[in-house]
Amino acid sequence: MRDVAIIGVGETPFGELWERSFRDLGIEAGLKAIQDAKIGSDDIDAVYIGNMSAGKFIDQEHVAALVADYAGLADRHLPTVRVEGGGACGALALFQARLAIASGMYDIVVVGGAEKMTDVGDVQAAEILAGTADQEWESVFGATFAGLYAMMARRHMHEYGTRREHLAAVAVKNHKNGSLNPNAQFQREITMETVLQAPWVAEPLGLFDCAPLSDGAAAVVLCAMERARSFTDAPIRILGSGQASDFLALHDRRSLTAMDATTEAGARALKQAKLAPKDVQVAEVHDNFTITEILAIEDLGFVEKGKGGPATLDGVTALNGKVSVNPSGGLKARGQPVGATGVAQAVEIVRQLRGEAGKRQVVGAKHGLTHTLGGTGATAVVHIFGRAD
Amino acid sequence: MAIPRFWREIPSRYNLIGTKCGSCGKVDFPPREICPDCGRKSLGKMHSFRLSGKGSLVTFAVVHDAPAQLEMQKPYVVGIFEMDEGVRLTSQLISVEPGDVKIGMRVQAVFRKLGQQGEAGVIHYGYKFRPSL
Repeated sequence: MRDVAIIGVGETPFGELWERSFRDLGIEAGLKAIQDAKIGSDDIDAVYIGNMSAGKFIDQEHVAALVADYAGLADRHLPTVRVEGGGACGALALFQARLAIASGMYDIVVVGGAEKMTDVGDVQAAEILAGTADQEWESVFGATFAGLYAMMARRHMHEYGTRREHLAAVAVKNHKNGSLNPNAQFQREITMETVLQAPWVAEPLGLFDCAPLSDGAAAVVLCAMERARSFTDAPIRILGSGQASDFLALHDRRSLTAMDATTEAGARALKQAKLAPKDVQVAEVHDNFTITEILAIEDLGFVEKGKGGPATLDGVTALNGKVSVNPSGGLKARGQPVGATGVAQAVEIVRQLRGEAGKRQVVGAKHGLTHTLGGTGATAVVHIFGRAD
Repeated sequence: MAIPRFWREIPSRYNLIGTKCGSCGKVDFPPREICPDCGRKSLGKMHSFRLSGKGSLVTFAVVHDAPAQLEMQKPYVVGIFEMDEGVRLTSQLISVEPGDVKIGMRVQAVFRKLGQQGEAGVIHYGYKFRPSL
């Protein structure tokens, strides 16, 4: 298997971007990444797009060809692929593109992730997100997406004594990090009281326990390591990638307070990278709800099972804490355009490892990790990155 | 959504019909063709099996942001229930105030309306749970 590096990154601002269309967003992110990589359109061998549900959000399928077209690449007749895996689709697109280069099939691939969520109302958007849970045996019976995560939170409280303050600490931390990220949807710090006093969405989760609905896109340029240095002095290597699946419905899983798919994907990625959790200084993990980040830091091995809440409250995962988790603000504050998530996480880690993260720079970041979920944990993808020097 | 999508699930939704593995005896709901524990050994040995509808509450949430279909019911309680046969399923917990719900409480299945297709559309029914009497 050939080594693969990221040689360029780009992203749009995330938010409720009424004036921007899906194509506008996809193109902006792609062009930024291509300019950052200093490649020309002739260098690109293929385009991979992570997108969860353009068909439902904007009535448009076939978006990989669309993005390549509006990026001015139609005449090159490039292979274009859309990858779907619920909220993990962006991370999966990156996974598949890495395989394609590692296999020797392609040398340079542009990976984009995009979602345009605000062309539908918020109730409809929530129902579309719930489409990644089990429609026939969860949603039909009244389980909303937030409701499913709330049931994990309730059980975590029951088994480990986790409190609402612990969950709220995730939101407070990620909003603080988001305030340092000029592309984040939310750029204001919030207090513990704000989180605790917010209206319920699905008890025990309130409004500030939930990531927002967002528009946005992100892109990275992947290149075979052997050619990467002809484009950049600072290629960021993909050291390991792991993917895992689990029962689609939450109620069928072994545990309601641990995601086995995360544990498996993390172990596979770390094994490939020949690293342990303690070797990772910076991580972007899936925090579509506050409980999700707590489960993630436990299941990835950053903290002991059941201790995720107190660890977060104690600052273990704060910027430049023991491991900096979601320096970008995460899905919670940077925003959650679903298809963009996995790619945006990689963009943040690349910036951190290059030392280009500005006010939110993690000091001495050598290895970074991304963790992305589909549904309530039926898909998990973990990538590990490192500087190539 | 087309009517057959709901119609074809009627046996399980009305009468809690799942499957029991003829190889290991594990009960699944909804019905499965292959036992997740036994794999190929279970092929052709998955028999229809009716759940008792009795069980206990494993976890729950009180839904305040409801889908359009359930707007009139909010806030409502949704839970994961472990049946006495060992299998778990998800539905609403009814006939109890949210403040009185406790993990571990005994429940039994009841037949209720789940939703309907628009103003004058087909009504679909299925199981919900209430505290055991």
